[in-house]
Amino acid sequence: MTTKYTTDHEYIRVEGATGTVGITLYAQEQLGDIVFVELPSVGKVMKKGDEAAVVESVKAASEIYSPVSGTVTEINTALNGEPGLVNQDPHDGGWIFKIQLSTPTELDGLLGEADYAELTK
Amino acid sequence: MAETSSADLKTTPLSARHEALGGRIVPFAGYGLPVQYPTGIMAEHNWTREHAGLFDVSHMGPSFLRFNETSGDAQADHAAVAALVEPLICGDITNLKPGQVRYSLLLNGDGGVLDDLMIARPAPPEWAGSLYIVVNADTKEADFARIAAAAQGKAKLDRADSCALLALQGPEAVNVMASIAPGATELGFMHYGAFAWNDTTLIIARSGYTGEDGFEILVEPEFAEAFWDLLLSDDRVKPIGLGARDSLRLEAGLPLYGHDLDETVSPVEAGMGFAVSKRRREAADFPGAARILKEHGGDLERIRVGLLVDGAPAREGADILDSHGNKVGTVTSGGFSPTLGRAIALGFVPPSYSAAGTTLGVAVRNRTQSAEVTDTPFVPHRYYRKPKP
Repeated sequence: MTTKYTTDHEYIRVEGATGTVGITLYAQEQLGDIVFVELPSVGKVMKKGDEAAVVESVKAASEIYSPVSGTVTEINTALNGEPGLVNQDPHDGGWIFKIQLSTPTELDGLLGEADYAELTK
Repeated sequence: MAETSSADLKTTPLSARHEALGGRIVPFAGYGLPVQYPTGIMAEHNWTREHAGLFDVSHMGPSFLRFNETSGDAQADHAAVAALVEPLICGDITNLKPGQVRYSLLLNGDGGVLDDLMIARPAPPEWAGSLYIVVNADTKEADFARIAAAAQGKAKLDRADSCALLALQGPEAVNVMASIAPGATELGFMHYGAFAWNDTTLIIARSGYTGEDGFEILVEPEFAEAFWDLLLSDDRVKPIGLGARDSLRLEAGLPLYGHDLDETVSPVEAGMGFAVSKRRREAADFPGAARILKEHGGDLERIRVGLLVDGAPAREGADILDSHGNKVGTVTSGGFSPTLGRAIALGFVPPSYSAAGTTLGVAVRNRTQSAEVTDTPFVPHRYYRKPKP
């Protein structure tokens, strides 16, 4: 299992050919209280960088981009009733969608733990 | 999530306090102001509804218009200064009672709103011939120039926007104020007075823009930090940023200048017909009277409504759609209501779509979400009105 990050503050935790995507602890702090999450449809095919989801704070809407290309296999429907999970537990209970990677080599272009920590210092 | 440079932003007498409290400073009307403190917008919003929130609104434009040659006859002096501002607005200032505050609208010749403002008549007879006027931050330079020109050299406009202007809002605001300026707790909603505190005078109005009971307090800049600290030393008071200020006023159904009000919107369209005073209507002596009186009679193209939105918040600029998907209006303010736990919005539609209960749609990211027209406020006002004697 490995976790990679984008410069837009999404994370992808990869297990085998599937990645779990959400926003980082830093991102949720910056956004503030999340009041709504628009989830992608299961089966949606996306290219790296496509708009995958939208998280809305009290103030504004922010797009979540897919860190990799692939097909959405699962979405976190718990966020429909409890969008605040993204604030409380962004890396675990607040995950947004799972994606079957079509081009795993794209992971090489993402940030590792140390580089992401440097970015948000 | 881009960081904004704080260079060139104006400060308030409380800027150092916002930094020290961990406020996230953003540019607003040329000032650097906290959008939120570390607790976040939702907690700040709820705290204000349940206890007392403290807001720094020093970016706004408080001022005093003072008649130059007062006669000593309080009634005549008030009438003289009122007559200078009335040609700019649709409110009856002449008949304000001593100590009364009136919400009014500065209008252009087409009846469009240049700004909304508070105008107050001082209570002490020796201050007669002056008015306390508070305008919005974004428009204050133009407003002050307009008022000064209307004074025709007969009165002087003294800006007070170097002072601190604070708002203390919420159900516990009155109990907090009781230990600081007990006299102010005797004020009814939309009344104001001057109260001694330490070696200064506080100008305190029972008013605000959250829908809650509360006060707006003008403080000399050199006393601002001490007064702020005193208020925050009370466990019932927490500092509140611009984010919650906006969500609170939206729940209260109050229009925000530059969003729900602008130079094209008339008072009647904005649902602020109450601000067109009866005496002024009868005299038809205010800017844009022809349009406004026609609209007051029911002949208008659009009107401001409240919307309960299903699903994601519909933000400013979102299209409002009829049941066939045709655009019939535009959202002018929209967001999430922490009190109701759902999305709400203000927008303009033709009167035929404005009845409470009408089902409309809003376009959010190219999809249509259901929205129901509702009466405003979304959350009931809790102003303190004194029983009539």
